[in-house]
Amino acid sequence: MVKKKYEKPVIKKLQMGFMNKFGRGYLSHIRQAIDGVSIDKLVEMYGSPQFVFSEKRLRQNYRRLYNSFSNRYPNVQFGWSYKTNYLNAICAILHKEGEVAEVVSEFEYEKARNLGVPGHKIIFNGPFKTISSLKRALEEGAIINIDHFEEIQDIERLAQSLNKKVKVGIRINMDTGIVPQWSRFGFNLESGQALDAVKRIAYGKRLVLNGLHCHIGTFILEPKAYSLEIEKMVNFAYQIEDDFGFKIEYLDIGGGFPSKNRLKGIYLPPEVIIPSGEDFAEAICDTLLRCLRPNDFPKLILETGRAIVDEAGYLITTVHAIKRMPDGLRAYVVDAGVNLLFTSFWYKFNIEIDREVQGIPEPSIIYGPLCMNIDVVEESINLPPLPRGTRLIISPVGAYNVTQWMQFINYRPAVSLITIEGKIELIREPETLDDILGKEKLPQKLQLNLED
Amino acid sequence: MERLKQLAISEEGFIFDPVTGNSFTTNGTGLFILEALKEGREEKEIVDLLTEKYGTDKENVSRDLMDFMEQLRSYRLI
Ligand SMILES: Cc1ncc(COP(=O)(O)O)c(C=O)c1O
Repeated sequence: MVKKKYEKPVIKKLQMGFMNKFGRGYLSHIRQAIDGVSIDKLVEMYGSPQFVFSEKRLRQNYRRLYNSFSNRYPNVQFGWSYKTNYLNAICAILHKEGEVAEVVSEFEYEKARNLGVPGHKIIFNGPFKTISSLKRALEEGAIINIDHFEEIQDIERLAQSLNKKVKVGIRINMDTGIVPQWSRFGFNLESGQALDAVKRIAYGKRLVLNGLHCHIGTFILEPKAYSLEIEKMVNFAYQIEDDFGFKIEYLDIGGGFPSKNRLKGIYLPPEVIIPSGEDFAEAICDTLLRCLRPNDFPKLILETGRAIVDEAGYLITTVHAIKRMPDGLRAYVVDAGVNLLFTSFWYKFNIEIDREVQGIPEPSIIYGPLCMNIDVVEESINLPPLPRGTRLIISPVGAYNVTQWMQFINYRPAVSLITIEGKIELIREPETLDDILGKEKLPQKLQLNLED
Repeated sequence: MERLKQLAISEEGFIFDPVTGNSFTTNGTGLFILEALKEGREEKEIVDLLTEKYGTDKENVSRDLMDFMEQLRSYRLI
């Protein structure tokens, strides 16, 4: 008889502490429905995995944030950050709510136009604007925030050929105490580069500078950083007005408010550490009103992304296999992985199960379906012994996932929307082989004939 | 070994200590040792059992067992 292979005996204490969500009251982590529609019904209609968005939550998040600002300042406009989620249905809901579009590439510009957003309701940002996209944006009256000196030159040339004087904004970056400092976009304020850009625009005489744009970072937990941003922007705007005669008509302060998600490595629950929209609105609007000159109310533009859409998105996934790791840890293989959940690299998601399961909860690891070591959805979560077929509902996943997801190893799944009326709408079909093969070309000489 | 008898030990090596609320994982060899300790066996006896079961050398096994007992002690499980 072959003897079992000897292994050094080990015992390892599991560190769960107060991260232990399922430890005691895990029953409260059961979710059988989203907005009143059962998980079973959703899966029956459009399969698993499946992204599900809540129109109700999306509109609620937007309105709450908009009201926090519009109650404090008379001239507020939100611009929907397309890169955060550019599914047509999501953009359309936010445009209907009154948001303009904020795009950062030719592709996103075309997507917004295709959806029916007029040029003058598009804010065109980003470090790489092709000449053709700039030309179109200028012709259609988009708001353009210039990122670098080459772009000043590009736009001057286009303005000349179009024979018109065009209004432009510039993107600036600055120290607001936030690290990492996003200094690679736009012109640096403290070094004098931003002032050089203004001089350059004034000297060129073809452009009219009418706005300032800045985006200080993302998932910012400190409202004071925005106060500082506003103060520096307003002071700079007045310097431009006084010294160059340009009237700054808008201050675009970018995005960056956090969603109610949990960053990895931060153990306090989001409800404790995430400031509310009201906190940000207060810091921003109070500073504006303190720093602006009497009767001057330039348009305040916000490009909030994740704080509006993250919590409106869920991912349904299904347990496919159950394993025991050599170190004793229980592991699950589910049908959605990091190919769909780009944000799993920095978030520890809220994970709910669709049914009551008996048994002692034990620390478990959740693997995605990819045949890749990096495919870990959750490194440690206390779960009762889940049988195959159990559905997990992962949230919040509405921001950055359905734009940064990858067609890698598997197809990308369906995306559905639960409307305010409680209807289930398919807003993106699951991919099929044809979607992928449609773009491929096989040279004649490589055609295979292996059957005979 | 009264303390050990309070532990809930699953066949798969998951250990829950209802006294402290702590949980642990162990491998097959660890599980074997824990069961033997619970049955009240002496360390010397366990070394023999392990050597017999796995056909490995005694010196190695007794060193590993000492180390394992140290770990149990540090977790206050014995
Ligand atoms: C220019 C600009 N605006 C808005 C956003 C949206 O940011 P957030 O999702 O953090 O609100 C970003 C994100 O990178 C951005 O680069």
